[in-house]
Amino acid sequence: MFKELWESFTDALEALGSVVHFLFRLLVNTPRALLRFSLISQQIFNSGAFSLVIIMLSGLFVGMVLGIQGFELLQRFGSEEALGSAAAIGLVKELGPVVTALLFAGRAGTALASELGLMRATDQISAMEMMAVDPILRVVVPRFLGGVISMPLLAAIFSVIGIFGAQLVGVQFMGVDSGSFWSQMRAAVGLSDITEGIVKSMVFGVACSLIAVYQGYYATPTAEGVGRATTRTVVTSAVVILFLDYLITAAFL
Amino acid sequence: MRKSRTLNLGTGSFVLLGFAALFFLTTQTTSRGLSWFGPPHYELIAKFDNIGDLKIGAPVSMSGVEIGRVDKIDFDSNEYKAVVSLRLNARYDKIPTDSDASIYTQGLLGGKFIGLTAGGADTYLQDKGQIDFTQSAFVLENLIGQVLANFTKSKADEQTPTDAKAPAATDTKAKATEKTK
Repeated sequence: MFKELWESFTDALEALGSVVHFLFRLLVNTPRALLRFSLISQQIFNSGAFSLVIIMLSGLFVGMVLGIQGFELLQRFGSEEALGSAAAIGLVKELGPVVTALLFAGRAGTALASELGLMRATDQISAMEMMAVDPILRVVVPRFLGGVISMPLLAAIFSVIGIFGAQLVGVQFMGVDSGSFWSQMRAAVGLSDITEGIVKSMVFGVACSLIAVYQGYYATPTAEGVGRATTRTVVTSAVVILFLDYLITAAFL
Repeated sequence: MRKSRTLNLGTGSFVLLGFAALFFLTTQTTSRGLSWFGPPHYELIAKFDNIGDLKIGAPVSMSGVEIGRVDKIDFDSNEYKAVVSLRLNARYDKIPTDSDASIYTQGLLGGKFIGLTAGGADTYLQDKGQIDFTQSAFVLENLIGQVLANFTKSKADEQTPTDAKAPAATDTKAKATEKTK
């Protein structure tokens, strides 16, 4: 019993170590990969621009829910005007980065993992190695960087759409005064809140993309293995995002 | 070639949209606005005994009109006073030298802001000038303390002097009166 516990503990440590090692390999190759920016640009398009629809729709609905719930709650204290600041702070600091990262893991992370896993399963990666093309440099790093660059932009778009969603519900449907909605928001949101959101989404971008490419690159080269890599990408990303979210929030307080 | 062009176009518009969103967040949802390339401004300094919870970026108003913002808050360790730098719009440059600055609260529990009241002097404050007459923040806790002290004192008066609470109550009352002095 203890032996099994110990073994699973060392397995987890080993996995963590190999992820860190993989990240180091990616970072070492980053400067050279930046020279071929068209590859990265393509990946920004794949993981960023294609996630735009889901991010914008979710942002709108999350903002609308915040608007309606916040209004209900604030109305009890007779301070509906604070809705703008409540929604904006919630979105910019918490919901924007976190929900975007979770959606990104589901939309783009799984795509990255299964793509790389299939490349591995169909021996495309071995073929590259045979042709003396470094698959890390040619395939993995552009995908990683694409995700890292896309995430903060997606989170910012999410927050903006969310604020407009909250404004739609609060001001148009519930009758909060538009002027006090925006002025209370401006008084309450500081530049440090925005920075916190950006830092969070950058960290999540690194974490999500790293987990996705790691799981895909080291997937067992079978149909089942690719499926498992995809599942693991989503599960690990979600847990890691929420854990990191706590850490960063605590660090910023 | 055609394909890579549409691809780059898509990437470009996505990145542009993302940066537009970031720009919107930093300029439209915060009070900062476009202050670094905002209207011309000048700076005044005011020293307060106690600024309460006045924050950087709090509005500075005159007759209720916002004319600037709090730019910097420092502590002067020689005089034991808070040094507040005010960044005022250059349009409002005719503030008499004997004007006074007080810290008020927006609403009952709102944030603090600085209100300037014009004096009667013929000379005006220049850039980096100092406002000499200041009035500290009104600290709600002190007032509550005084009210409580008075309250317990009047209660203690009603009861017999042998009551164990009475000396403690007069004690707080003494402290409160000391503070008001």
